[in-house]
Amino acid sequence: MADVIMRVWRGDRSGGNFAEYRLAAQEGEVVLDVVHRIQATQAGDLACRWNCKAGKCGSCSAEINGKPRLMCMTRMDQLPVGPVTVAPMHGFPIIRDLVTDVTFNFEVAKQVPAFAPPPRPEGGYRMAQADIERGQEFRKCIECFLCQDVCHVIRDHEENKAHYAGPRFFVRFAELEMHPLDTNDRRELLRQREGLGMCNITKCCTEVCPEHIKITDNAIIPLKERVVDASYDPVAWLGRKILRRRKASPSEAATHGR
Amino acid sequence: MADYESHDYDVIVIGAGGAGLRAAIEAKGRGLRTALVCKSLLGKAHTVMAEGGIAAAMGNVYPEDNWQVHFRDTMRGGKMLNNWRMAQLHAQEAPDRVQELEAWGALFDRTADGRILQRDFGGHRYARLAHVGDRTGLELIRTLQQRAVHMDIDVFMECKILRLLSDADGVVSGAMGYWRATGEVVVFSAKAVVIATGGVGKSWKYTSNSWECTGDGHAMALWAGADLIDMECVQFHPTGMVWPLSVRGLLVTEGVRGDGGVLRNSEQKRFMFDYVAQMFRAETADSEEEADQWYEDHSAGRRPPELLPRDEVARAINTEVKSERGSPHGGVFLDIASRRSAEYIRRRLPSMYHQFMELAGVDITAEPMEVGPTCHYIMGGVRVDADTAAATVPGLFVCGEAAGGMHGSNRLGGNSLSDLLVFGHRAGMGASDYAEGRGGTPVPNRAEIEHSVAEAMAPFERDEGENPYELHQQLQDTMQTLVGIIRTGDELEQALERLEELTFRASRVAVAGGRAYNPAWNLATDLPAMLTVSKCVTLGARDRKESRGGHTREDYPSADPEFGKVNLVQRQPSGGGVGEEIKIGPEPIPEMPPELASLFEENH
Repeated sequence: MADVIMRVWRGDRSGGNFAEYRLAAQEGEVVLDVVHRIQATQAGDLACRWNCKAGKCGSCSAEINGKPRLMCMTRMDQLPVGPVTVAPMHGFPIIRDLVTDVTFNFEVAKQVPAFAPPPRPEGGYRMAQADIERGQEFRKCIECFLCQDVCHVIRDHEENKAHYAGPRFFVRFAELEMHPLDTNDRRELLRQREGLGMCNITKCCTEVCPEHIKITDNAIIPLKERVVDASYDPVAWLGRKILRRRKASPSEAATHGR
Repeated sequence: MADYESHDYDVIVIGAGGAGLRAAIEAKGRGLRTALVCKSLLGKAHTVMAEGGIAAAMGNVYPEDNWQVHFRDTMRGGKMLNNWRMAQLHAQEAPDRVQELEAWGALFDRTADGRILQRDFGGHRYARLAHVGDRTGLELIRTLQQRAVHMDIDVFMECKILRLLSDADGVVSGAMGYWRATGEVVVFSAKAVVIATGGVGKSWKYTSNSWECTGDGHAMALWAGADLIDMECVQFHPTGMVWPLSVRGLLVTEGVRGDGGVLRNSEQKRFMFDYVAQMFRAETADSEEEADQWYEDHSAGRRPPELLPRDEVARAINTEVKSERGSPHGGVFLDIASRRSAEYIRRRLPSMYHQFMELAGVDITAEPMEVGPTCHYIMGGVRVDADTAAATVPGLFVCGEAAGGMHGSNRLGGNSLSDLLVFGHRAGMGASDYAEGRGGTPVPNRAEIEHSVAEAMAPFERDEGENPYELHQQLQDTMQTLVGIIRTGDELEQALERLEELTFRASRVAVAGGRAYNPAWNLATDLPAMLTVSKCVTLGARDRKESRGGHTREDYPSADPEFGKVNLVQRQPSGGGVGEEIKIGPEPIPEMPPELASLFEENH
């Protein structure tokens, strides 16, 4: 097999550029294997984040030939012939080389009001499989943050991060909102603080999701509908006034986030 | 004297997999100042890779299941080397811990009447594993992570702990390490320390373990004066991927077999029928027809031999491959495609489908997988008190894979996730009780800090020296070839010599570049723990002159009842550290009370 040529971004917050490495090709390798071989033989200090190397932990996110992907699930033999570029995620500040500072995501996670089930009945909770399958789709998320990386609301607009949770967390909100046992109501929080309305459903997040979660169709759009119902629909407003609410009020949920 | 970033807590928990998270949640829930320190980002620990499920005798599928049956399965799976009290607490408390996860937001697969569904696994008499498809570990870690976030636990991510710290009286009083992002040193003082650092598998070449599984907690506990037990008991999971080479060792869940998959050799024979040990004959099917009936109704036939405990299956595969009845890439065939519908396979085993399709180009709904044994789990670990998880040095608590005793010489599938929850919870309680009862302010020994900093920074001082990646690779080759699934006395002696040499060379490692996120340096600081633990495994394997569970000696092929009564205990009596002397010797295992012992006498 011919050699492979890798162009890997090297640098830190002060700047950097692509360094080129040439290695013998090996059968069946993924991009992360090649990065590991560069570390072992040519550049011991090449920084890259990884854990499971099986597409389950979501640590090795990068931009491969310009596309946000997991390094461990991208086979070299499925990339076009020629040099392969590997760059860090663009949407987050650089720490070093391929490693970015993803603190933003862990901060947003703290804003999500907790799951709040009713007291456990004798014999345990009962839920039908059909009622939890949507939630299970969302809980496949491995937190690789590729959707956060690609989302144009924040990709080149650092200033939007202060009031926009991003696709990963819309998935998390959707999961809680659609949980058959949950009693919190997070709709007003989503509208006011988490910037759900700023998403204009271009579906870039869905395209890059390595778990194939239909982020836009199954999470974001239904959430938008729920928020609209909660805030603007006069019939729903009246209904809530008359009927006893099962869920906590939006303002309660909004202040419940930590 | 340098001034390091320092933090003071009541309880610090090292490791944020299932056990560490559960321990931290308990301590924080008790109102203690709690820190959770982990080498990676939160939610990325090796727990995330667990696939099949959480074993808990809830009786949702088979009402006749109960903790006594689970206890008995666990002890028999461990070939009776288990700490009986741990196995008892585990079987009794696992159902509560699973229910608790559900109350914290976990979404387990359901039975037709809406309860938590349970699946079959090797060595478990009844369908007992609560699960979410084949990504149960992700569900467990995410649920605990979200709980920890909502409790506002202080989390120190990408912070590598190098060493435990003691006070002047030898009581564990904190830990020190460095931030991976900057390489800056950080010191924790604490009234109690919980080790939940997981396994050691990264010292083998073909392993299901992630880079983090370097045995840090095992080694740090030993260095701090704690006892380790039964370190020779290492589980080789029977089904890892064997091809492509770059993913060799990657786990293929036992759920494939639990859901109907069978093992075949190159002659298409279901060879497991030839490998049923005496101990399991009464409850194992002796024809394919009987085995297949069992999947439909557990009372219509006995269990298929593919669902024997993992040590039995792994040895059988090993023998088939050595007898040249293996698959093209040196494994055997795991076939579910010919036995279940494509729709069923994709629904029950979505990650496996995805993993084989993307990494090997194999469609598991249409063709068999090639699989072979892979280093997966260490049953041995830090000796602990079953009820409190206290190690044998004061101030230290250990849970999860880093603790020994629970699984004896072989762990049953599904008993790991339940172990994390049950003993994470107990370690959190034990550490909290200890911290609340400990007077004064813990003062870590300054000299220990300075010594550890000097040791960690030394690779930067050398202009020339050993390459850490090369040493790691040679360590993996050594453990793979000489301390693998089948062992002999001669090879173990050779391994000890090689480990001696590698330990010497590791003291001469040099790395280039700076301290900020430098993986060569990070690996260099992992090597002392890997070398220490590898030596412990090898010493134990040399001295346990019998075959039992995950420890198989070619020169001592059967179990020896005398060895069945002892733990092999290792400690460093004259000062802890890599390369320091390790003492090893047998000590009697705790004796089971009569009411539990009787569970094994009758025809249960």
